[in-house]
Amino acid sequence: MLSTPSRSAAGLLVVAVAAVLAITACGKSSSSSSGGSSGGIKVGLITKTDTNPFFVKMKEGAEKEAKAKGATLMSAAGKFDGDNASQVTAIENMVAAGVKGIMITPSDTKAIVPAIEKARAKKVLVIALDTPTDPQSAVDALFATNNFTAGQLIGQYAKATMAGKTAKIATLDLAPGITVGVLRHNGFLSGFGVSGITPDAKQQATDPQVVCSLDTAGDQAKGQTAMENCLQKSPDINLVYTINEPAALGADTALKAAGKSGVLVVSVDGGCVGVKAIQDGRIAATSQQYPIKMASLGVDAIVNFANSGAKPSGYTDTGVTLITAKPASGVESKDVAYGIANCWG
Amino acid sequence: MTPAHAQPVMEARGLVKRYGQVTALDGADFELLPGEVLAVIGDNGAGKSTLIKALTGAIVPDSGEIKLDGQVVHFRTPIDARRHGIETVYQDLAVAPALDIASNLFLGREQRRSGVLGTVFRMLDKPAMRRRAAQQMAELKIGLRSLTQAVENLSGGQRQGVAVARAAAWAEHMVIMDEPTAALGVKESGQVLDLIRRIRDRGLPVVLISHNMPHVFEVADRIHVQRLGRRVAVVKPDEHSMSEVVAVMTGALTIDASDQAVVVDQEAATAAGVRPTGKE
Amino acid sequence: MATTTAPPEPAAPADIPPPSLRQRLLSGSTLGPLAALIIACAFFSLRTDRFLTGGNFSLIIQQVMVVGTLAIGQTLIILTAGIDLSNGAIMALSSIVMTRLAVHSGVPPLLALLIGLAVATAFGLANGLLVTRVPLPPFIVTLGMLNIAFALTHIYSQEQTVTGVPSLLTALGNTFTLGDTDITYGSIVTIGLFLLFAYLLGQTAWGRHVYAVGNNPEAARLTGIPTNRVLVGVYATAGLVYGIAALLSVARTGVGDPQAGQTDNLDSITAVVLGGTSLFGGRGTVLGTLIGALIVGVIRNGLQLIGVASIYQTLITGILVILAVTIDQVSRRRSR
Repeated sequence: MLSTPSRSAAGLLVVAVAAVLAITACGKSSSSSSGGSSGGIKVGLITKTDTNPFFVKMKEGAEKEAKAKGATLMSAAGKFDGDNASQVTAIENMVAAGVKGIMITPSDTKAIVPAIEKARAKKVLVIALDTPTDPQSAVDALFATNNFTAGQLIGQYAKATMAGKTAKIATLDLAPGITVGVLRHNGFLSGFGVSGITPDAKQQATDPQVVCSLDTAGDQAKGQTAMENCLQKSPDINLVYTINEPAALGADTALKAAGKSGVLVVSVDGGCVGVKAIQDGRIAATSQQYPIKMASLGVDAIVNFANSGAKPSGYTDTGVTLITAKPASGVESKDVAYGIANCWG
Repeated sequence: MTPAHAQPVMEARGLVKRYGQVTALDGADFELLPGEVLAVIGDNGAGKSTLIKALTGAIVPDSGEIKLDGQVVHFRTPIDARRHGIETVYQDLAVAPALDIASNLFLGREQRRSGVLGTVFRMLDKPAMRRRAAQQMAELKIGLRSLTQAVENLSGGQRQGVAVARAAAWAEHMVIMDEPTAALGVKESGQVLDLIRRIRDRGLPVVLISHNMPHVFEVADRIHVQRLGRRVAVVKPDEHSMSEVVAVMTGALTIDASDQAVVVDQEAATAAGVRPTGKE
Repeated sequence: MATTTAPPEPAAPADIPPPSLRQRLLSGSTLGPLAALIIACAFFSLRTDRFLTGGNFSLIIQQVMVVGTLAIGQTLIILTAGIDLSNGAIMALSSIVMTRLAVHSGVPPLLALLIGLAVATAFGLANGLLVTRVPLPPFIVTLGMLNIAFALTHIYSQEQTVTGVPSLLTALGNTFTLGDTDITYGSIVTIGLFLLFAYLLGQTAWGRHVYAVGNNPEAARLTGIPTNRVLVGVYATAGLVYGIAALLSVARTGVGDPQAGQTDNLDSITAVVLGGTSLFGGRGTVLGTLIGALIVGVIRNGLQLIGVASIYQTLITGILVILAVTIDQVSRRRSR
């Protein structure tokens, strides 16, 4: 027995699904590069999230390169930073769709490994971008910034700029257990001259000069809150390391609100907003990395693999450059104009 | 008519219930005889619902005693009263609207299949429950197209029918109905009154709480009049007029030991429409 | 009772036919979701020949296995007019407990598994007791429990993914071959759980009581149903189901992942709602939830196969959820 409301309701749902699917499919074929089921080489890109400008830029770079090479890019992303399940699902679906290779920025460097192994067993080339898997050998190749080096660069810059002043450091970090955050944090301390820190440490290092360490998830609002709390704890903080520029801008806002001047804020990433903030004097320096380069190198490698069967291997450092408006002696850097010319996001 | 010497099905003496300063029951008595429809009427605040709650275990009276078939009982919850065969049809019906009629009839008393299916797999015996539900509905002449339709798809009168049928199916001693016609139209009210008569004809006494005097006079064998927390009179509808009963309810008349109406407040009695009958 | 006094009037049908199989399967609320699922499948089948294969369907079931199982518990709770925000977090905690005990503490894998299930059940039980005994609204209780379980997961795991999980804990990720399709044992467990709960809800008194408690708790109480016991039972059972979901999650990814399940609470609610179960309680089916979970899985997989970015899947799911709830509201209003 079916009452009238539920029958018409059922009809409504059916019509809606059909309509939505049709609209999405149409929207897709006009916006994306090609029809998907055509004969070209399919290349997959799986990023941590859809929203971070770093990954947006990476995707744009991949799309541009794919178009240039006559390949089709398929993309997917996790719902939040650390969302392993969505990345596993995306790998499976891309393999089912018949991609030749997948580029991935792994959200969980260990947990993603079994899914990658399954994909490679089906002769799909897998390249890690930006973040290495654990173990790094789980993928065919890694195209990434050396995040430890990126941290070291701004650590050295900070050391040179502080010029012997006693440092009271706040570190505004990423999130617990995420490798990139650990590498940058430890690289920064290493560059700042703290001894005994190696790139393979799994935990964030500590030092007496660091008076406050808080997680920001790389978010501007959380960065501001964290800085406020750090200032409550230690009002005489004079050096702030931040995981990325949004966190740095949040820190700068908190510092201005507290009336603090002369605090050195350094960061990592080199996004356009970040470089602009260096120009405006809100951030002293940042280590710029190159996501577009990672993506285009990845696409090239996969297309090459599809055509010739040659696999890339090992780690390719996509480079990192210190960008600052106030160079410090003894630390190599580029100016803001260079930063803007090469920034992403 | 009920023989005077019959043992009451339910009997209550001197029930008292106080809520802080307010005395809701002030030594109330109650008596339900076998096979009768007893209407309980009273003005708002007369203690009608408190009395019914005490009889069904929804509240525990401060003092007084309740006997069922001559035995003293102490109900602490409505479930206690139900275990003693007292079924109540609540004003809001207490049905699960999304469940079908048979499920509602057997709610909380589901029947399981015999054998392993029932004991190990706890499987419901849906066909048996449907059969019994159909039989019950047929006996009470509640016409329904299908017992598998959800209760929410029924009319108000039909829902009332389901609630009444459930009470009648499980009651061993008595059925209590709280304002069963309050939300119904003329035709549906008539059907519910027929239903009350049929339950009585099956031998179950019915307590009917109602504000509707014509309905009370149509169906009741006796009328219990509650006022200021006590029972002030029990009258038979064929011996007193509606306006007299209303006057008793408001305190304008009292009924004396010889079952005669005595005017207490002439002005109020006249206002209630009681005409001098020459009995005084 | 006097049964012979009533003259045979055309009052009630003499014989009540049981509902047909079609009626039982397609009871009003499940028909719309099922049609939507079929439409989506037909659409993708026409767009790509990679969609309609045994292997791909096996894949889709694997992909909805964890959220689908969580959604079984969520369905039980929503049927009682509650909601559970903590299920993903409880699952993550349970999976970390199982894997860490087995890998780092040397507990025998079977015992570690049982402890993991017990932890999940205990959290469900705690939800149920707080909802009934204090009592507190389910939304608040499970919001609190979400944070507690999340924090405990991260404290206990020390933010580390647990690798090297013993084979017993990943056994459900193994496959057997049917025809030329690889099927994981976990998929069978998930389907089995759906059928089990469809039976419990549809064919037992307990199921009736769950519906009645969600539909009209006062009526359920007055008819003698121990409503609090039913509620506590529902939350504890849901907890156990989350424990099984934890095992499935470990089997699927091969690791204990402290970051797992962070959006699974909302994703499971999505599956429940898409399956036609009312958030107001008392109406809906667990098989509807399976269909709801499959709708999400099919759209995600299908869009990926035809090369549409995953963000569109989120967009479509959002639209469908609002539609499903609208339909629920409208049909409730009309049936009054």
